[in-house]
Amino acid sequence: MLEIRNLHVAIEEGTKKLLNGLNLTIRDGEVAAIMGPNGSGKSTLSYVIAGKEDYKVLDGEILLDGKNLLEMEPDERAAAGVFLAFQYPLEIPGVATMTFLKAALNAQRKGRGEDELTTPDFMRRVKAGAEKLGIPQDMLKRGLNVGFSGGEKKRTEILQMALLKPSIGILDETDSGLDIDALKIVSEGVNALRSAKRSFLVITHYQRLLNYIVPDTVHIMLKGKIVRTGGKELALELEANGYSDYVTNAAA
Amino acid sequence: MVAVKETVEQVKQLDVDQYRYGFTTDLEVDKAPKGLNEEIVRFISAKKSEPQWMLDWRLDAYRRWKTMDEPQWARVLYPKIDFNDSYYYAAPKKNAAPKTLDDVDPAILDTYKKLGIPLREQEILAGVQMSKVAVDAVFDSVSVVTTFKEELKKAGVIFCSISEAIKDHPDLVKKYLGSVVPVTDNYYATLNCAVFTDGSFVYIPEGVRCPMELSTYFRINEKNTGQFERTLILAEKGSYVSYLEGCTAPQRDENQLHAAVVELVALDDAEIKYSTVQNWYPGDAEGKGGIYNFVTKRGDCRGANSKISWTQVETGSAITWKYPSCILRGDNSRGEFYSIAVSNGYQQVDSGTKMIHLGKNTTSRIISKGISAGKSQNTYRGQVSAHRKATNARNFTNCDSLLIGETCGAHTVPYLESKNASAVFEHEATTSKISEDQLFYCRQRGLSAEEATALIVNGFVKDVLQQLPMEFAVEAQKLISISLEGSVG
Ligand SMILES: Nc1ncnc2c1ncn2[C@@H]1O[C@H](COP(=O)(O)OP(=O)(O)OP(=O)(O)O)[C@@H](O)[C@H]1O
Ligand SMILES: [Mg+2]
Repeated sequence: MLEIRNLHVAIEEGTKKLLNGLNLTIRDGEVAAIMGPNGSGKSTLSYVIAGKEDYKVLDGEILLDGKNLLEMEPDERAAAGVFLAFQYPLEIPGVATMTFLKAALNAQRKGRGEDELTTPDFMRRVKAGAEKLGIPQDMLKRGLNVGFSGGEKKRTEILQMALLKPSIGILDETDSGLDIDALKIVSEGVNALRSAKRSFLVITHYQRLLNYIVPDTVHIMLKGKIVRTGGKELALELEANGYSDYVTNAAA
Repeated sequence: MVAVKETVEQVKQLDVDQYRYGFTTDLEVDKAPKGLNEEIVRFISAKKSEPQWMLDWRLDAYRRWKTMDEPQWARVLYPKIDFNDSYYYAAPKKNAAPKTLDDVDPAILDTYKKLGIPLREQEILAGVQMSKVAVDAVFDSVSVVTTFKEELKKAGVIFCSISEAIKDHPDLVKKYLGSVVPVTDNYYATLNCAVFTDGSFVYIPEGVRCPMELSTYFRINEKNTGQFERTLILAEKGSYVSYLEGCTAPQRDENQLHAAVVELVALDDAEIKYSTVQNWYPGDAEGKGGIYNFVTKRGDCRGANSKISWTQVETGSAITWKYPSCILRGDNSRGEFYSIAVSNGYQQVDSGTKMIHLGKNTTSRIISKGISAGKSQNTYRGQVSAHRKATNARNFTNCDSLLIGETCGAHTVPYLESKNASAVFEHEATTSKISEDQLFYCRQRGLSAEEATALIVNGFVKDVLQQLPMEFAVEAQKLISISLEGSVG
């Protein structure tokens, strides 16, 4: 379970708050969607959960299964089960995707006090995962994300998530840059990972993704706060009306 | 590679034994008096029972050296060296002062533990023991010769110390010593000619492919002692050899001088592959101590279709001044230079290569990867020139710098000179930084800041690491990670 209480975040003390008293709880097994206009703080929220250093947490707490994430390093949070599929995945030249996956998986296992995977065992998992997501084998030999198309990058993020098996998977606009077929494949990949223990936070601008990854809850974020929470029908309502209701409300 | 592995194992064993028995034997240190003068040159030559011609050669070099000045063009800063404040000869002594691991800085022990060197080996490498015997006798080429003498002899390969070669193969030495790096080439090379103490000699006869990798492990041990090694490798027509060189030095507060000269000669259709993993003591976190490494390495592609390839991984030394070069004399000859130079702390690296195209259709390739962290300065300095007869000379240079942090510097100084209109030189250079975003991305996947840095750096140097023989590549990879420790987070 992920619990976020009264979270206030800025780049520096005294500057504009990017998150402004945000509350959000995601239960085990829940798929929560966050929608909100550009610049409302969705990516910021995902970065703060994952522990990016650019942000200053002024107040509030983030607990994952009762553990205080704010006291942990980014890699410790990863080992504790936080996974972030980046809106803009980074390139690591010269490091084969396969090599990166192995390093990440083993680092997390080490962080949890588990043994390293044997190479055949690892290879089997990667192959199976890549196949499901339509990632060709020779792409795994290329430098991570180097020269990958937008869609290939997003698929690779999901492959990483499938291997790392987090307790909370945060997907930041994973649907952007995906063609219709890829959207289906990636959604199936995510759905296959849904379980009673694993939760997801799905950030998106479009209802379309939520036809494939059907959320349990939908939250509307505005100016660094959750301003409304509902079921999956809330996304349809947004699709029809846009954010204008909320924006005027908030302004009033 | 099996041969190398075997050698390494045997070297380790010998070390351990020396250390164990060292306690009981009490021997004199065999050292020249401190300072540098003609008497010292004579002393060294006499200690090695050298023939008159060798002594004359040394004395001539010494007299010339007296008239020369230290080069000033490199981008390195250091206080003036007092050449009379060093010892120029320290012979192996068997006495080991019974010190324990407790006397050694735990950081160093930790470092070597991470290198995967066994405990007793660790004691030796950390400089607890006056391990001159083990190192000079063992990590030197001698033990390799001992180990594989028969097998090499069968192939007609000579692999021995340069001292032995002077005695046993004077004609070869006379003919080739100083033929690639002339006696007066530069200040440090000339000094080396006068006072060199040991090093390796390799001779590969015509048509022979050396049946194993040859390797030498250099180490500076004695306090205040300069090390001047001299290596000469001769590859006759159609022969091939791959030679590996490794070096380490114990931690000392004062700077120590290392001025080596390495000469390679490749005749028609011969190929020499020379790989170095240089890990001399780089000085402490405040920039105190460390080796001054002034090295002249040059290969002469004397014959047609010959090839010389230098691969270096430079992680150590307070100052590195080193430009392994190729003279492409034979038509269709080829020179290669692959380099990884890592600097951290207060290290200063000024390194690169010279590719001198003299013959027709000569080609050269330069891949240089510089990584700077801490407060270090890392300069690539490379010269590519085509003589007017070097029709169709080709060079490709790729020179990438990676910066870690805000307080280090990377510099690229290429010199291109062509006197033949048909020569084509290509030069690519990039400078990049490990971005915070890349680091965060890796850490989000579970890697620690150091693991993430190491991974990104490994990606950066991959093209060069691939040039190293497997075992060296693994060692080099570890070394690079260790050298960069403390550079992030
Ligand atoms: N490192 C930073 N420095 C300064 N401002 C920042 C930084 N990161 C985010 N911001 C600002 O915080 C606000 C929220 O940005 P964020 O990326 O979280 O929005 P978003 O909801 O993800 O938008 P989008 O839908 O366009 O992806 C924006 O105004 C953005 O400019
Ligand atoms: Mg965003």
